[in-house]
Amino acid sequence: MSFLDISGVSKSFGGNTVVRGFDLAVRRGEFISFLGPSGCGKTTMLRMVAGFEQPSAGRIVIDGEDVTHRPPNARRIGMVFQAYALFPNMSVGDNVAFGLKVAGRPAAERAKRVDEMLGLIKLAHLKDRYPYQLSGGQQQRVALARALAPSPRVLLLDEPLSALDAKIRVSLRTEIRALQRELGITTIFVTHDQEEALSISDRIVVMSEGRIEQCGTPHEIYNRPRTRFVAGFVGTLSLVEAEAEGAGSTVTVAGQPVTLAEPVAGSGRRPVTLAFRPEALKLDAGEGRINAIRGTVEAAEFLGSVVRLRVATPGGTLLADVFNSPAAPPPAPGETVVLHFAPGDVFALDGEGAAPAQAIAAE
Amino acid sequence: MSGARLGPWIVVGLAALYFVLPLIATFEFSLSMLRGTWSFEAYRVVFADPAFRQTFGFSVLAALATIVLGALLVVPTAYWVRLRFPRLRALIEFVTLLPLVIPAIVLVFGYLRLYNSSSWLPFTGSAWGTNLLLVFGYVVLSLPYMYRAVDTGMGAIDIRTLTEAAESLGAKRRTILFQVILPNVRAAVLSGAFLSFAIVIGDFVIASLLNRPAFGPYLALIGQNRAYEPAALAVVAFAATWGCMGLLQLLGGRAPGSAAAPLRVRRKAIP
Ligand SMILES: Nc1ncnc2c1ncn2[C@@H]1O[C@H](COP(=O)(O)OP(=O)(O)OP(=O)(O)O)[C@@H](O)[C@H]1O
Ligand SMILES: [Mg+2]
Repeated sequence: MSFLDISGVSKSFGGNTVVRGFDLAVRRGEFISFLGPSGCGKTTMLRMVAGFEQPSAGRIVIDGEDVTHRPPNARRIGMVFQAYALFPNMSVGDNVAFGLKVAGRPAAERAKRVDEMLGLIKLAHLKDRYPYQLSGGQQQRVALARALAPSPRVLLLDEPLSALDAKIRVSLRTEIRALQRELGITTIFVTHDQEEALSISDRIVVMSEGRIEQCGTPHEIYNRPRTRFVAGFVGTLSLVEAEAEGAGSTVTVAGQPVTLAEPVAGSGRRPVTLAFRPEALKLDAGEGRINAIRGTVEAAEFLGSVVRLRVATPGGTLLADVFNSPAAPPPAPGETVVLHFAPGDVFALDGEGAAPAQAIAAE
Repeated sequence: MSGARLGPWIVVGLAALYFVLPLIATFEFSLSMLRGTWSFEAYRVVFADPAFRQTFGFSVLAALATIVLGALLVVPTAYWVRLRFPRLRALIEFVTLLPLVIPAIVLVFGYLRLYNSSSWLPFTGSAWGTNLLLVFGYVVLSLPYMYRAVDTGMGAIDIRTLTEAAESLGAKRRTILFQVILPNVRAAVLSGAFLSFAIVIGDFVIASLLNRPAFGPYLALIGQNRAYEPAALAVVAFAATWGCMGLLQLLGGRAPGSAAAPLRVRRKAIP
């Protein structure tokens, strides 16, 4: 049995439907991310789990209890907001103690729990400070401790890191994940940052226009995107125009044959679009990389451990990440290179402009 | 310095004179009761009068009651309107501004018609009831200032998110209002209280028509019969008003999570 069950949830504001037919079963202790572009309904779905919005249809069940129509203060959830939302009039310790105080826990127990929580976020020394005396990262950690102190059943985080600068964002997300694992708390994390979602989630729910596009582990989402939307939204993708003929799994890119892992849908002579991840393209053959596309280097961008090449080919521009090597400088612009890849490293998207945003994932 | 710099200073100086000169003149006059010398004789006379102490004490009490009642009325209203009925804000604001447009005397006559001793709610039938009516009147008079101050204060904090944060932690409405919202608009309530206090101490119309022993009617009475004492009274009332407010500020500002905190947040940018 799943711990948190969202079934058939829809939400409309007036005539505007922002979440449609949302189904999700979350296991106890699982870390789920909602990922999608701005306005796709992530926050709205999260707020329905929290109880701040009422679903127009569907049910939300937490630990066997139907909470669809329960007010937020009766749901035993913890919430962390993008804007921290610490109570400015209370010290760090009082902020963390607030939920316990509201629940009527005795003072001694409160004090013990506050110390424990502040220890977990490593801010015990700031217990008597006020929120305005803390940095953004510290405030968000206190907000996390405050949400966790009353032992909620589900932890909900709405873009908790997007107000912080890049370095703290990365360290705090690791910290959140570690804490979540340690406490084993069921968590939903909303973000529009795909790297964030890929790095910390057990499963990712990719959303678009209020619908679930795909739900799966980061590995599945990245390597086997089920729709064109997911393929384009998660990770970097470069597209090349190719031509398919007949029913085989071989297509041609400007006269060069390319073998795919699966047959291309359709029949007759037809255009197909090939999609590549930058890390799938290599400068050397081997390890099953039986395909090759010739092109001219337009630019080489040095990113540290990898060098990102922009290679112009007859079918379109390809991005290729090649490992940096101290022994060999990267190809210079103007140089001709051959990019090698395996059949499993390329996916064919159906003909350009096809109405349903459907794509065929490569095996 | 250059003439361009001087211009603004002259304007500010003139404005200051406009406010300060009458005060200085009043003060100077209040010191000249004894011929040929400056003395505090007028003040001695004023303080010796038991009626002064009674009326001033009455007005201070009425002011405190007005502030408490006004805050209890305005804070939840402003909170609720901002949270749930943001579209009604303009309407509520207009309603709270009405006391500035409708003269106090109209209000009192309305009260007397509605609540006289032979009406369905005979407030004026007893001293206690009339006092209550007086405070209600004062709450109405101070509404424009109280509401504006509190509403602006609420605009400065994110009441929606704070409310949701408290709700997610299990808090009920009343807890949120008194433990989360009110402490964070304390500075705003205090500035509203300051103006309410000044209005109540300075009121003549309502107190005199309701026939209550307040400071305003007493001041008017003395003003008709004496020369120097009214000036001394005015200075005392002025000083006492500021003194009382200072005390309020001190008491209000002492509570944990000082009201000045939001200001400090803006000044201090922490990396
Ligand atoms: N209270 C509301 N009334 C009307 N429309 C709303 C309301 N809340 C959200 N919406 C609409 O619902 C849609 C989804 O909003 P939502 O905040 O869930 O998006 P999001 O995925 O969280 O986006 P972002 O990444 O920008 O936070 C938006 O088009 C928004 O305008
Ligand atoms: Mg959002």
